[in-house]
Amino acid sequence: MKVSEVSDALGLKQLNAPDEDREVTGGYSGDLLSWVIGRAAPGDAWMTIMSNVNVAAVGLLADVSMIILAEGVEPDEPLLQKAALNGIGLYSSPMGAYELSWRLKGLLEK
Amino acid sequence: MSAAIHLSYKVDGSDFTGAGTASAAIKRILREIGVDMDTIRRCAICMYEGEINMVIHANGGTADVYIDTEGVKMVLKDNGPGIADVEQAMQEGFSTAKEGVRDLGFGAGMGLPNMKKYSDEMLIDTEVGKGTKVTLIVRFPKGGGDGA
Repeated sequence: MKVSEVSDALGLKQLNAPDEDREVTGGYSGDLLSWVIGRAAPGDAWMTIMSNVNVAAVGLLADVSMIILAEGVEPDEPLLQKAALNGIGLYSSPMGAYELSWRLKGLLEK
Repeated sequence: MSAAIHLSYKVDGSDFTGAGTASAAIKRILREIGVDMDTIRRCAICMYEGEINMVIHANGGTADVYIDTEGVKMVLKDNGPGIADVEQAMQEGFSTAKEGVRDLGFGAGMGLPNMKKYSDEMLIDTEVGKGTKVTLIVRFPKGGGDGA
């Protein structure tokens, strides 16, 4: 399923959407960055409540397909800038990571 | 190891904003020379964890990267406090990071374990009060990654 389809189905707010055709192959939820970088798989949609600039670096290096900021958290300005500079898909949602996760799983299993 | 490519980076220890600069550069270069995605990811993770460790614990340091036809060698050096108990530091979940660092999402105690997990060889040379040198080797898969 494409990033754009996940975004539409979950009603996400687009913060930076450079590659909406990229395939979302799974999901990962977590806020400890070293944990995420070591465990998230390439192509995953990553759900987190972290909103600082390091989220962009971790997303880029872990090669996730999109980052979804959960619980309606607002990204720091440096995060927005780094996401734009590096072509990282950044979205947000008022839903929590748990709800986003099970909805995403439902979408990916369709 | 006589390397075809040698890259050198200074890791700024003043804030977390620049952490990831060296690892992103390595990732880009490895991609340009045709290295496979899995190897790139492993190198990038090792470098990033190294950068973060140097920012959190050692007020910065240097990262030297050597690439040849066999693989990638990363040498991360700092003049920080050193590691008193390497065996303890290697345990998942053990961290001496301060509260403010944890609020940023770091200090999970996964840095060194991740470096070990994603490298083929890891050597820690450390002395309390002097600093730490971590050498990491990531080999290209046999029959592939010979784009250089």
